[in-house]
Amino acid sequence: MSASTLSRRKFLQISGVAGSAFCLGYYFVSGATEATFLNPVSNNDQDGNIEMNAWISIHPTGKVTIFSHRAEMGQGVYQAIPQIVAEELAVLLEEVKVVFAQGDNKKYGSQVTGGSSTVRNSYKNLLKLGATAREMLLEAASNKWSVPKTECYAEAGHIIHRPSGRKFHYGELAAEASKLPVPENIELKPRSEYKLIGKPLKRLDTPLKTNGAAGFGIDKRLPGMLFAAVEHNPRLRGKVKSFDDTAARKIPGVKDVFSLIIKVHNTEREGVAVVADSTWAAIQGKKALKIEWDDSGFEHINTADIYSRQKEKLHTEEGLISRKVGDPDEVLARSTKKIEALYQTPYQSHACMEPMNCTAHYQGDKVEIWGPIQAPDWIQGFISDEMGIDKDNVIVNLTFLGGGFGRKAFTDYPHEACLISQKMGVPIQLLWTREDDMTQGPYRPGISYRCEGVVEDGMISAYKARMSGQNIDHWRSDKRDVANRNTSEGFLKPYFDSLKNVSFAEVQFETPIPVIWWRSVYASTNGFAYESFMDELAHEAGKDPLEFRRQHLEETRLHNLIDKLESVSNWKNRPKNGGYGVAITECFGTTVGQVVKVSKVPGGGIKIDQVWVVVDCGWYVNPDTIQAQMEGSIVMALGAATAHQITFKDGLVEQSNFHSYQMPRIMHAPPVEVHLMENDENAGGVGEPGLPPFAPALTNAIFDLTGKRIRTLPFDINAV
Amino acid sequence: MISLNVNKKAYQLDADPNMPLLWAIRDIVGLTGTKYGCGVAQCGACVVHLNGEAVRSCVTPLSRAAGQEVVTIEGLSENNNHPLQLAWKELDVPQCGYCHSGQLMSAAVLLRENSTPTDQDIDDAMAGNICRCGTYSRIRKAIHKAAELQKQGR
Repeated sequence: MSASTLSRRKFLQISGVAGSAFCLGYYFVSGATEATFLNPVSNNDQDGNIEMNAWISIHPTGKVTIFSHRAEMGQGVYQAIPQIVAEELAVLLEEVKVVFAQGDNKKYGSQVTGGSSTVRNSYKNLLKLGATAREMLLEAASNKWSVPKTECYAEAGHIIHRPSGRKFHYGELAAEASKLPVPENIELKPRSEYKLIGKPLKRLDTPLKTNGAAGFGIDKRLPGMLFAAVEHNPRLRGKVKSFDDTAARKIPGVKDVFSLIIKVHNTEREGVAVVADSTWAAIQGKKALKIEWDDSGFEHINTADIYSRQKEKLHTEEGLISRKVGDPDEVLARSTKKIEALYQTPYQSHACMEPMNCTAHYQGDKVEIWGPIQAPDWIQGFISDEMGIDKDNVIVNLTFLGGGFGRKAFTDYPHEACLISQKMGVPIQLLWTREDDMTQGPYRPGISYRCEGVVEDGMISAYKARMSGQNIDHWRSDKRDVANRNTSEGFLKPYFDSLKNVSFAEVQFETPIPVIWWRSVYASTNGFAYESFMDELAHEAGKDPLEFRRQHLEETRLHNLIDKLESVSNWKNRPKNGGYGVAITECFGTTVGQVVKVSKVPGGGIKIDQVWVVVDCGWYVNPDTIQAQMEGSIVMALGAATAHQITFKDGLVEQSNFHSYQMPRIMHAPPVEVHLMENDENAGGVGEPGLPPFAPALTNAIFDLTGKRIRTLPFDINAV
Repeated sequence: MISLNVNKKAYQLDADPNMPLLWAIRDIVGLTGTKYGCGVAQCGACVVHLNGEAVRSCVTPLSRAAGQEVVTIEGLSENNNHPLQLAWKELDVPQCGYCHSGQLMSAAVLLRENSTPTDQDIDDAMAGNICRCGTYSRIRKAIHKAAELQKQGR
């Protein structure tokens, strides 16, 4: 269960609608898998501690408010949640107002906006929420008119009496509906009758994002607020030995300078905070600090060492098996035609356009936070634990996020903001500079893979993969005796049914570098290794790489996707060695196949002529949002494959800003054509699954064109 | 005191003349549509118009803007109806939206100077603006669309 919650008590407080409006929400009784629906205004039997996962309210004016339980960071939930609810509620989307949830989750699990999970985990309950409210409004109207409910229908925010043509707008029915019991066993519309879902409706947040009106974390302003910046240890760990703040304190506007310690994973990070009356003064103060760092005991990591250690381990250790079918080792031992490849992927920064920032107001027994935050409930629990404040008094307010990609689920910058506000006794806004963002992590881990396989009679008879890289779970848990459960994330699950001998293992690898999820998580690197190796096996078999995949898959749903990909890319008619590459990966419940077409640039280098994308995410809400997520995922994947990486030298990160961590720019964005599979399967994720197949489809295309196999990312596309 | 004209409104700022225009606009004038992204003129999130020219406000000292006309995203149009804003909305260009104030301000200068930009013109003019969400193909389409709208006098 992944949704935020709002207590009835708190709901009544913040909505201020008791008695006057019609409200409906749902929550989960502890341990239950079915949602319970509740009218929080009329239901006075409850103890006031019901925590709703989502709700709608209809005011007497007819205004409909829908509570969005997830953060909006570009992926489109601000659109998707209302679009789902409005369908069954039968209201016009333009008349719906969306409010963000506060982080307030004591009982019902994570509200982390991650894992491309918002729609796929909640859509059935959101549909039911809208439908239940609509039925209650129908009931209210039929009561008022004293006519049978069957003579009434709902449309565009009105209940209409079919025989007489009389109508009520929902606002006129709010008071009556709010007195009704919540009905059960509501029937949902068949998909064929949808008027909103499945349509490319305009995003509700776009107008706010074209005139500067959207409120991001960095835009929060409070009376009496001060601005803060923190100088962090450039070696990621270690203590402040001493600091000289004489020059910093002379900067006009600087109010205070002090050291602080925050928790990063299971270690501590020290820094020196500068608080001032403007962001600029705080940044100037930070630059003027003279700090002596004590980083004794900290490993002075070098990137070259990381990869040589990973490579060595992959050749000397079997690792912990995460998944195994048959006995690939036996086949590999007897075969004389074994093929083997080593793939290497880099550490990456999330580099969200909005750098880390958080506004906090500490008030003794209470702290209120505003920020671009992906995991409000997690922040709430963390701050409560670390600062000894009752959880109910840690109030986490969401703003729009200027990008998230996994980074803004972490606790470090909100913790710093709370500590600085505590020290200063006034509201403060903490801003990490771009340099802080890029040099402090946490990062996507850099991972190496060793793949071995055997092809016999044109089919794979053994497939063995080992990954070696930092396990993201290890900073939260000391458990080292189980394999990373995500070693095969991205690899099509049906291969486990069709391949006779296959194994995946984690060869554990540790460094003190802080790591965290990065868009599509392990699939972002796994996909490159496994789909490159699939291409190498197809080449070994002397087969068309798309046909080779088809022959190894038995599921109709995947065959349909492959057929579609083949037809939209005109795959069968491609010229021999015409620069076509394919890759297909699955993560977060969605399978994405991509074909990339490349050509040689006169004078050297490779140009991407076209990308064809076929997405199978089952039931979906907004095809235009899906298309946008695919377009964006491809640009992000292109950057990670060809433009940027995080490297370490003597324990220091070598990149500090966009001059040394180069982003793809407008002229690098390839033409992308997106096709959606139509079926009634369960909804899958959309924000991440478009990323993993791009890099292998690109390098497979380069191999097709040039015969050159690229096994290490990033690579220079202008030097191929 | 430094005089500044922002979106046709006069301000007197008691601020360090070396303070970048970005922070003066955001923290003192109080207009937060202009964004900080890198602080070193690499990403374009902070682009504003200074006497009609696109400048990166994160590296433009307040002293350079003194007495000059500054236009920020809030002043691009009266009612969110500049041809670019209309096109941005029609094509749902933004995702997270953070970089788009800068994208729009850069595109506005392009469109004023070149009423029928080619793809190449757009790439040249917009190369200084990073979008981490990767909305580039829609930015390009929307600029073409805005050029049409401008031609139709909208």
